[in-house]
Amino acid sequence: MTESFHFSDPARGKALADAIAKLAPSDQLKIVHVCGTHEMAITRNGLRRFLPESVDLLEGPGCPVCVTPAREIDTAIAIAQTGAVLCTFGDMIRVPGSELSLDETRSEGCDIRTILSAADAVAIAQETDREVVFFAVGFETTTPMSAAILLDGPPANLTVLASHKLIPPALVALLDLPDNRIGAYLAPGHVSTIIGTRPYEEWLTNRKVPVVIGGFEPLDILYAIALILRQIRDGTPKIENGYPRAVDPDGNPAALDLIDRVFEVADANWRGIGTIPATGLRLREPFARFDATSRFDVELPEEQDEIPGCRCPDVLTARAVPSDCPLFSVRCTPTSPVGPCMVGSEGACSIWFRYGGERQL
Amino acid sequence: MSPDRKDTHITPLHGAGGELMGELLERLILPRFGKEAVGRIGLDALDDGATIALPEGETGELVLTTDSHVVKPIFFPGGDIGRLAAAGTINDLAVMGARPIALTLAAIIEEGFPIPDLERIIESFAAALEEVDAPVVCGDTKVMPAGDVDGIVLNTTGLGIARHAISDAGLRPGDRVLLTGSIGDHGMALLAAREEFSLSTRLESDVAPIWPMFAPLLESDICEAIHAMKDPTRGGLAAALNEMARKSSTCIEIEETRIPMRSAARGLSELLGISPLEVANEGKAVVIVAPEAAEAALRVLREHPLGADAAIVGTVTEEYPTRVILDTEVGGRRFLDMPLGDPVPRIC
Repeated sequence: MTESFHFSDPARGKALADAIAKLAPSDQLKIVHVCGTHEMAITRNGLRRFLPESVDLLEGPGCPVCVTPAREIDTAIAIAQTGAVLCTFGDMIRVPGSELSLDETRSEGCDIRTILSAADAVAIAQETDREVVFFAVGFETTTPMSAAILLDGPPANLTVLASHKLIPPALVALLDLPDNRIGAYLAPGHVSTIIGTRPYEEWLTNRKVPVVIGGFEPLDILYAIALILRQIRDGTPKIENGYPRAVDPDGNPAALDLIDRVFEVADANWRGIGTIPATGLRLREPFARFDATSRFDVELPEEQDEIPGCRCPDVLTARAVPSDCPLFSVRCTPTSPVGPCMVGSEGACSIWFRYGGERQL
Repeated sequence: MSPDRKDTHITPLHGAGGELMGELLERLILPRFGKEAVGRIGLDALDDGATIALPEGETGELVLTTDSHVVKPIFFPGGDIGRLAAAGTINDLAVMGARPIALTLAAIIEEGFPIPDLERIIESFAAALEEVDAPVVCGDTKVMPAGDVDGIVLNTTGLGIARHAISDAGLRPGDRVLLTGSIGDHGMALLAAREEFSLSTRLESDVAPIWPMFAPLLESDICEAIHAMKDPTRGGLAAALNEMARKSSTCIEIEETRIPMRSAARGLSELLGISPLEVANEGKAVVIVAPEAAEAALRVLREHPLGADAAIVGTVTEEYPTRVILDTEVGGRRFLDMPLGDPVPRIC
């Protein structure tokens, strides 16, 4: 094994597992993380095996495409149906709206393109006279790129359908949901490379719940869990940086400045949860001309956000694990998904189906 | 058309069966393959078909396989579509336990394709065949209008003979799982070569005909203990193991730390978010061997340069029939599932 891959080192893994076992809480503890990349790392490395019986680890609203409401997908579809080029990230294409997905719209002849970065949308707009719309989804990690293209003076035929969301205030809203006894948060490291630790302190310090920012290698995650359990044992809930090699408490000031110049905080609708105050971003007034919703006047079908029998809303709020859903792996599979969490490759259901998320395999 | 364009680029006339096509065959094909008939009528006869004499005194089963090959880029680090087509067909025979006897080669070429490139491809196809001492006995050329085909498509059919053909479904609980070498090289090298990623790496495709590595194994007594073989091409090791587990209703348990892997393939996979276990290999095989013969089989494989990194990586069990379990490096356990489709890089 080469030095660069020591983040999966079995001996260090064993040491952390022993530490976690010693810190096992006596009361049942629910730890929630909010990141598809975390769920992927946890499940692909089989890390739940290292957790004491008294600790549950669930993915909440961690998959950006899964929490994008049907209404916004309907808007993107309606815009594409006007003849505009609609660009978005891969997973978004297959998520169902009220009646159709973008994928189904594409098979009807609409020009829907998968891109790898916001800059690709600019390149597409530069090469055509047609209207080009960038359907921008993602948490704080992807927002700076959306802001950067608008600050760079984009082509006049480019607009943005912005569906960016903010993590820290959403964590507060999750705590307040009924029947949701969240004991601690494992916060996503890449979001904090942008925002740092301060927003968590602002939003969550008075809630007395441990929040540990964790990285994505197997040892990073085990380490973050050990830090959470230590806070629980010591009765000292706080915001703790478990990923200091990548996360500065102040985040990335340049990226934060980009976001702040282009976007302002607004309420946002989360699929499966509903409207959460101050968890979204809308374009500031000087950038209003790049807002796709004002350039296109489209008619939308009646919104249908609920899927009969599908427990995605409970999975997205960390009130259920995928195998609790009666449709999981029976009627709902990655090749014929019913709910958004089976569509998005970062969705808990898709990850559990592919790799098996149960504690003991 | 400029007067000499037909000398440097493929034109519709090259595929029309007339004088130009004859010239092309004379120049490119016959000197490389023409002299090696395995029957009364071989390629040099340019007849409507070739004959193959049944090998004298040989018993066993004839094995037939066919494959069409497209690859982007056509020339990639470590090989090209010519070597890929030859190795792909020979390896399909090899993992059936069959020695290649003869191959066919059909090319569908886009109008305007540079003839020097075609020459390189044919040269490389011929070189791969020399490694296993098998001839091309017949072939075909078609030219498609520009835009109707992307560069070149090769189709090869391979005929082989096996003492006893080995399927990919004969796994039994207790069997050991052997890999003949490092996993992920071909797929990762090709991904790195794709221009949209602008990556530079020294990783090369593993594309190679693997029959020479298998010949000593299959001609030895160990042959009886080989219960199944498969080459992990499209879909990679993950797809190959899942297919084997499903077909035999067994469970395959693999230890991640034992899978041979080059650090460049591992590094690229971390960068792109694509698992090396889900991308194609073109010079490797999964060999399922009875437990008592596993170490002996490993020794024989390692004696050949292509098998130098061979390793025993897992066991066939009854725990979760039809599924593959991966014991992860850090000490966890998960399913290794069938890849869904072509791997795409992760966004965030």
